[in-house]
Amino acid sequence: MATLTFLLRRKLHHQNRHILAQFSLIRQFSSSESSGAGKKPMIEKILVANRGEIACRIMRTAKKLGVRTVAVYSDADRDSLHVKFADEAVRIGPPPAKLSYLQANSIIEAARMTGAQAIHPGYGFLSENAEFAQKCEDEGLSFIGPPASAIRDMGDKSASKRIMGEAGVPLVPGYHGIDQDIDLMKSEAEKIGYPILIKPTHGGGGKGMRIVQNPDEFAEAFLGARREAAASFGVDTILLEKYIIRPRHIEVQIFGDKHGNVIYLYERDCSVQRRHQKIIEEAPAPNVSNDFRSQVGQAAVSAAKAVGYYSAGTVEFIVDTLSDQFYFMEMNTRLQVEHPVTEMVVGQDLVEWQIRVANGEPLPVTQSEVPLSGHAFEARIYAENVQKGFLPATGVLHHYRPVPESETVRVETGVEQGDAVSMHYDPMIAKLVVWGENRATALVKLKDCLSKFQVAGLPTNINFLLKLANHSAFENGQVETHFIEHHKDVLFADSSNMELAEEACKSATRSAMLAAACLCKMDINTAKGICQGERSPLSIWYSDPPFRVNYCAKRDIEFEWENDYGTTGTVPLKLVLTYQQNGSYLVEAGECGSPGMEVKVVQLGDKDFRVEAQGLSALITLAVYTKDKSKHIYIWNGLQYHHFRQKVGLESSGEDETEHRPERADMASHSPGSVTAPMAGLVVKVLKNNGEKVEAGQPVLVMEAMKMEHVVKAPSSGFIHGLQVASGQQVSDGSILFTVKEE
Amino acid sequence: MLGFITRYSTTKISSYLNSWLLKSSPSILQSTRRQMCLGVLPDAVDRNSDASTRNSLLMQDLLSQLHSNINKVIAGGGEEAVKRNRSRKKLLPRERIERILDPGSSFLELSQLAGHELYEESLPSGGIITGIGPVHGKLCMFVANDPTVKGGTYFPITVKKHLRAQEIAAQCKLPCLYLVDSGGAFLPKQAEVFPDKENFGRIFYNQAIMSAQGIPQVALVLGSCTAGGAYIPAMADESVMVKGNGTIFLAGPPLVKAATGEEISAEDLGGASVHCKISGVSDYFAEDELHALHTGRSIIKNLYKAGGEELPGTWNYAIAEPKEPLYDVNELRYIAPVDHKQQFDIRSVIARIVDGSEFDEFKKLYGTTLVTGFAKIFGKPVGIIGNNGVLFNESALKGAHFIELCTQRSIPLVFLQNITGFMVGSRAEANGIAKAGAKMVMAVACAKVPKITVIIGGSFGAGNYAMCGRAYSPNFMFFWPNARISIMGGAQAAGVLAQVEKANKKRRGIQWTTEEEETFKAKVEQAYEEEGSPYYSTARLWDDGVIDPADTRKIIGLCVSASMNCAPEETKYGVFRM
Repeated sequence: MATLTFLLRRKLHHQNRHILAQFSLIRQFSSSESSGAGKKPMIEKILVANRGEIACRIMRTAKKLGVRTVAVYSDADRDSLHVKFADEAVRIGPPPAKLSYLQANSIIEAARMTGAQAIHPGYGFLSENAEFAQKCEDEGLSFIGPPASAIRDMGDKSASKRIMGEAGVPLVPGYHGIDQDIDLMKSEAEKIGYPILIKPTHGGGGKGMRIVQNPDEFAEAFLGARREAAASFGVDTILLEKYIIRPRHIEVQIFGDKHGNVIYLYERDCSVQRRHQKIIEEAPAPNVSNDFRSQVGQAAVSAAKAVGYYSAGTVEFIVDTLSDQFYFMEMNTRLQVEHPVTEMVVGQDLVEWQIRVANGEPLPVTQSEVPLSGHAFEARIYAENVQKGFLPATGVLHHYRPVPESETVRVETGVEQGDAVSMHYDPMIAKLVVWGENRATALVKLKDCLSKFQVAGLPTNINFLLKLANHSAFENGQVETHFIEHHKDVLFADSSNMELAEEACKSATRSAMLAAACLCKMDINTAKGICQGERSPLSIWYSDPPFRVNYCAKRDIEFEWENDYGTTGTVPLKLVLTYQQNGSYLVEAGECGSPGMEVKVVQLGDKDFRVEAQGLSALITLAVYTKDKSKHIYIWNGLQYHHFRQKVGLESSGEDETEHRPERADMASHSPGSVTAPMAGLVVKVLKNNGEKVEAGQPVLVMEAMKMEHVVKAPSSGFIHGLQVASGQQVSDGSILFTVKEE
Repeated sequence: MLGFITRYSTTKISSYLNSWLLKSSPSILQSTRRQMCLGVLPDAVDRNSDASTRNSLLMQDLLSQLHSNINKVIAGGGEEAVKRNRSRKKLLPRERIERILDPGSSFLELSQLAGHELYEESLPSGGIITGIGPVHGKLCMFVANDPTVKGGTYFPITVKKHLRAQEIAAQCKLPCLYLVDSGGAFLPKQAEVFPDKENFGRIFYNQAIMSAQGIPQVALVLGSCTAGGAYIPAMADESVMVKGNGTIFLAGPPLVKAATGEEISAEDLGGASVHCKISGVSDYFAEDELHALHTGRSIIKNLYKAGGEELPGTWNYAIAEPKEPLYDVNELRYIAPVDHKQQFDIRSVIARIVDGSEFDEFKKLYGTTLVTGFAKIFGKPVGIIGNNGVLFNESALKGAHFIELCTQRSIPLVFLQNITGFMVGSRAEANGIAKAGAKMVMAVACAKVPKITVIIGGSFGAGNYAMCGRAYSPNFMFFWPNARISIMGGAQAAGVLAQVEKANKKRRGIQWTTEEEETFKAKVEQAYEEEGSPYYSTARLWDDGVIDPADTRKIIGLCVSASMNCAPEETKYGVFRM
């Protein structure tokens, strides 16, 4: 299978080269044609008006083409990877995006200052801002993306649907009117029939979207959506749509040039979503007929042509799995997050195409020449708290070791070990993209890569992605938008399942035993380092095993297992480790009834060990850092991954990051009934006052973080006490917001 | 004669070795020869002999006896007391020490069996744990009360062990860490604990003197610290107290109530808050025991002299790359015969202690019953003095000469004692054996280099003095489980005493039957057997511990390392009788 894959890859590369040859021919032709026409010069320097992985990804292609790169950055990103990666970098403002990455003028000024001829907006931020695109063109800068008019047409969801309807693209029944009166909207909703979907006319990514099951919920959802839309996109108009119960999200990658050619590069399935945001995407869509593929592709091409589109774009369709009917949802007039899966199956570099199209070159291939080879997955690795409803998480990447890249594995990332995931921007850490000869082989690779993708320092969704990838329905390609909700019993650990809980505890105990042995080995090796080798007068005191008079040295190790996916929280694990004369360790655990285990450890690198236990030899990785008076230990052991905490004294507080924010409240000692901030963020609205009576589940305040709203509700009935936050106030993760007391 | 035979066999074996090397590879020979020089000791042990097997079995018994004794004391003051201790969120003293030591480092515990069968009640480890280990790369002396043993109170042997630890600390200039958790002196035995020079008061005297010498004194108050005990933290340079468990007061709540009628809780009377916030008796406030132990670590971390001269002092030789001995150290378990009448070559012991089994012998052909020579242990040069029989005139002179060499060069001395004494008899006396012995004793007494004594067999009579017995203040002294110590052998003593008794009885006209004489002799021998045992010795702190012979190399290495924590001193001798 591996050889076959390799051959295929090689074939793809051949095609690539072939296409490149074509390109250069065309280029010669087109440049001679346009030489006298007073057109813009060739792009030699690009300013990337974005950050993170996408900025790095664009620059990588630019570098390949010999095009120089300019990064822009906010104060929070001064040392970020995208800044280091660029030839030049310009500061554009303080951390909040509104004051930096969304500042069109500063960015255009930066381009002028550095002499860049073109601006690539990436995705998000200004990528779908028609005014910005127009401004670039007005300033004589090439906007690497579609024409401003197309962005404008497609950016307004109501307008776009009208245009699509006229072009004969199927639409979901809904209300797209300009009249935003709440009562009118409510009656329109009745006409469409519940459940209905409320969403902002501008923007995307699920921000501001609400599902309403019945008329009673309408008002609150409507107002919330409007508020979020205003905060995120500056426009608060809303549209209504029929809510399709068992939908799939299929989107078509299209590409156009300035000569009127538009082709489709097949579809992607992005059905697996949480909080209306995609987490696993794949191309091509599974369980789809070739007929459907070309129909939906053609529909996408018609959609693009209807707005005079060029450059990369995506037409999103909602597919009713019950009827196989597809409806136009929206068009994303930008390069999308998940574009790499398309690149992997068609063997093309879409950013390169974008640049060439911006230069006025025609598309290198016709529709019939677009190859489709194999299958690709993309898994988005986020800093988020899966247990707390996928809330975004912040923190420092104390340990970050993505899987190695190869011809079939891509890791798109904008962070390095030691970087912080801050509350200012999207909490995505990386995109893992894998390719396989078919869906099954690609999936095997995806699982393998996920299990080896190492992040320590903040909670991530990696384990969850693994569970998704391992789910039989997913393996069979039975994907749909509500996949996670429908399979939550399996995807989220169920503490009532004793058998599973016991199994999990056993494997955690084994991991803890191995981790303990590795920690001891590390201590000895560190100590050896302290006394500068064997010739130091004190080296004898740091022998391995440590010496005791007439008994074997022992060590008590107390871990707390951070059961990330269980509902049980932390589980204490008490271990006793005995240093054996032969240099191995005898580790015994009281919990879970596992017997003693003899472990032999060889340290291979800073974090890498070879351990031998119970006749099994394995390579494991251990990441250790100190935070909140605890030593955090992450261990990767084959398919197992565990996180343990070990209480330490105050000695190592020097490395403790909590020291820098002493205002942090002690989380352990909250009084009952107190409600803490589920994440770091901004309070946008306070709905109740001190002393006011609330029912259990009643909203008390609304927080916003990473552009997501989160309603903080009363945990029980009672009266509000100690509410000191006001709207506009920043609160840190875990700080007390208010307390609900019974009278 | 015996010496001659040994020498002969040595030559034979080395020539055998050479011929083997020649046959195998000339190039190896050249390089190995240069490294091995002439000093590599031969194996010289017959593993298959009956004697070896018998010894091995006997030693196994002795070792299992040792380990069962050790296991008992490691458990502390019994299940009940340990449980009570845990319920107060307190660790056992050895666990406390583990958490202060550098993780994964070694700990040289001293006199584990102090108090062994000494009093009617058992007193595991004498109620106090002492030993040496590194903290942040600095060697420290730990003195930790065991609250599970008689509430951590001081019995006479507890005081002695505490003082011995301080003596070593003063000698090696080791910072002292006192982990205090003690009810003070054991009142029923106050007469043996309180009044004398080497009694309770000496602890604080030592603290004062060491502090004056710049040897840091640090106290961690992890439990009660009553009456006299209160002076340990009070006299310390720096002290830490644990909230809740740590208390310091001259008189506890019951005594206060009796004396003044004041009713007050222990915490309010002398808790961490009182002493860290109001009285200033303590310097660091610890939230819990773990916090206190870590504070102790950071105090040690900050011990450095900004003015220059760092502890440890300067020893002017580079440490060589340590090499393991060529032969298995575990064989030490059967080389020295349990039966002391059997001879063995001390060189086979040396061969399993020194680096690469390399031993450059001094005056090899002269005074052959004393073996002297230079070697390295864990890369550090040492002078080794070992017994290969009774001390003659020549052996004693050779010993004195060798000690002079080592003191002049500041080379630590290792004494491997297996000595029945100096030669007796008319010829020896006429030769001035007393004079020769005095020279060696003078040299041993005055030598200011680190001295480490291991009694691997017998330790009898004046031989004990010449070979640096306890009275000659070796920095460290240990026993093998097979060793024996007394002024003379039991049989000899019985013989002498029987003769005296017989003469006495004869003077008074009393007839002594052979049977009676035998009973008398047996009684004496029995007493000598008991009192000559290493456990009898170690219980009374006549040494620093009973050790497994296989650990000898390691322990000497640790002791040498600890002894070199201070600057070398110059030796001055008294008048040698010529």
